[in-house]
Amino acid sequence: MGVYRRRRLVNRMVMGLAVAATAFGLLWLVLVLWTLIENGVAAITRALFSQMTPPPGSAGGLLNAIFGSVVMTLIATLIGTPTGILAGTFLAEYSRGGRFGEVVRFINDILLSAPSIIVGLFVYEIMVVKMGHFSAWAGAVALAIIVIPVVVRTTEDMLNLVPNALREAASALGSPKWKVIVMVSYRAAIQGMVTGVMLAVARIAGETAPLLFTALNNQFWSTNMNGPMANLPVVIFQFAMSPYADWQVLAWGGALLITITVLLLNIGARALASWGTFKQ
Amino acid sequence: MSADIAITTRVAEQRRRGAIGDVVFRALTFLFALLVLLILGGVIVALVEGAIPALRTFGVSFLYAEVWNPVTEKFGALAPIYGTLVTSAIAMLIGIPVAFGVAVFITEICPIQLKRPLATMIELLAAIPSIIYGIWGLFVFAPFVQQYIEPAIIDTLGQVPGIGALFAGPPLGIGVLTAGFILAIMVLPFISSIMRDVFETVPPMLKESAYGLGATRTEVVWQVVLPFTRIGVVGGVMLGLGRALGETMAVTFVIGNAHRISASILQPGTTISASLANEFTEAVGDLYLSSLIALGLVLFVITFIVLAIAKFMLLELQKRAGS
Repeated sequence: MGVYRRRRLVNRMVMGLAVAATAFGLLWLVLVLWTLIENGVAAITRALFSQMTPPPGSAGGLLNAIFGSVVMTLIATLIGTPTGILAGTFLAEYSRGGRFGEVVRFINDILLSAPSIIVGLFVYEIMVVKMGHFSAWAGAVALAIIVIPVVVRTTEDMLNLVPNALREAASALGSPKWKVIVMVSYRAAIQGMVTGVMLAVARIAGETAPLLFTALNNQFWSTNMNGPMANLPVVIFQFAMSPYADWQVLAWGGALLITITVLLLNIGARALASWGTFKQ
Repeated sequence: MSADIAITTRVAEQRRRGAIGDVVFRALTFLFALLVLLILGGVIVALVEGAIPALRTFGVSFLYAEVWNPVTEKFGALAPIYGTLVTSAIAMLIGIPVAFGVAVFITEICPIQLKRPLATMIELLAAIPSIIYGIWGLFVFAPFVQQYIEPAIIDTLGQVPGIGALFAGPPLGIGVLTAGFILAIMVLPFISSIMRDVFETVPPMLKESAYGLGATRTEVVWQVVLPFTRIGVVGGVMLGLGRALGETMAVTFVIGNAHRISASILQPGTTISASLANEFTEAVGDLYLSSLIALGLVLFVITFIVLAIAKFMLLELQKRAGS
């Protein structure tokens, strides 16, 4: 009986540890969110959305930073989405089993996890140095480079889920391959592809590292894409590291804003994906 | 008769246009696929080009010199490389067992209704931007560590002869250990979601046979699931490691940014990415800037190797599961 009891005991312990590990993981999610709400809610005022980032010691808001973040995220998505979808289409529709496709897929997966600060360095070298100044364009391009691999990956995955019978049926009716892809494959996979784009937007909405050397920051309202532009993540970084209490409050407010946006995008994307037609 | 001919020419015309459309569309998608390769190529070229002045000045010694002095323009990457490796090692030490526990819980124990919500919640940990972990780490976690955790560590582990030096010094809150711990929380969702995925690839029949022979859950996980998925698990761990190595903002907030190597992991240090984030825009002088880019190159090479290994391992598992 000793052996049985010992095995049962070991099993209980290991399973108990697994439960504890899960609780431990969830604990941090709760703790981080709680702190954000606790510190951030006080900063969410009308001034936050209507005034510019202030010099230390005076009141202000984050309007210019919110605007900059929205603009750069939007442009990055506009550049990254078509690029990613077309590259993903090539992988799923044209190069099944091909050598070139395999290499692209491999490199894309590496780009997907590559440190975002490296992307910042790259764009600094190719744009900021060449143009001679920091700019919102450079920031948007850096973010777009982060969007592309995410969209490539989800597009390919979603197109692969489209049943071949659909393609064959369309081809049998005599439609050329590009039409099959655009009017059948895309239509069947659209939900998943939108999910991918949403996840990509969520990813870049809080990205800080690639913006540090590209868009930099701007104390003032600016709509000039050729100059430095304020953006939430870098403002949070600068304000949180500062010794000024009112800057820190604004940093918490910005942090709460970003987190809510990112979590909503993520949950929305997941909800959309779980409706997916071809998901098992 | 003439109507028939008209129809056939129209069909032919349509076919021809379809064929042209095919060529154009294929070429278009091909070009954008090529762009993915070009981005990576561009990153390598840009980093190497930027790093050349520093590498030419310092040679190989750049990799093992500890000095980092902007005033005298002497730069060596040892302290940031060391910090990057140590923080990532701490993150792995804490993150792997926890991620494993989470994956086991979700695949083996959890009631089916709870599976999705729990998995989603763990994955949301990965969705929270790194800067949020940074600000939280700086204002909430670091003071907590300073007040409760580090004094306890100094009083216990710090007194053990031999390894005591690892845990010596005043409790500062910010430092290598705190950075490593936050990294652990950040990589946990990546590792656990891959472990979960690969655990689900185990054919139910294998597990059921083991259960049929009277094995406990622990024994099934240990002797059936893990051996079957070992390569995928290692792949997932490597992927997490790749993330930990390159993580920037969270680390920048809590590591203390000191360009030196301390024996104690409670002391401030720096990592490659934290040095870049802190110093890049303030760097004056071409050599300083070039040295920072060279740091970036080192980071890129390390993460590229780690991620490539991860990818190969996961591909291997896929191939095996497919056959």
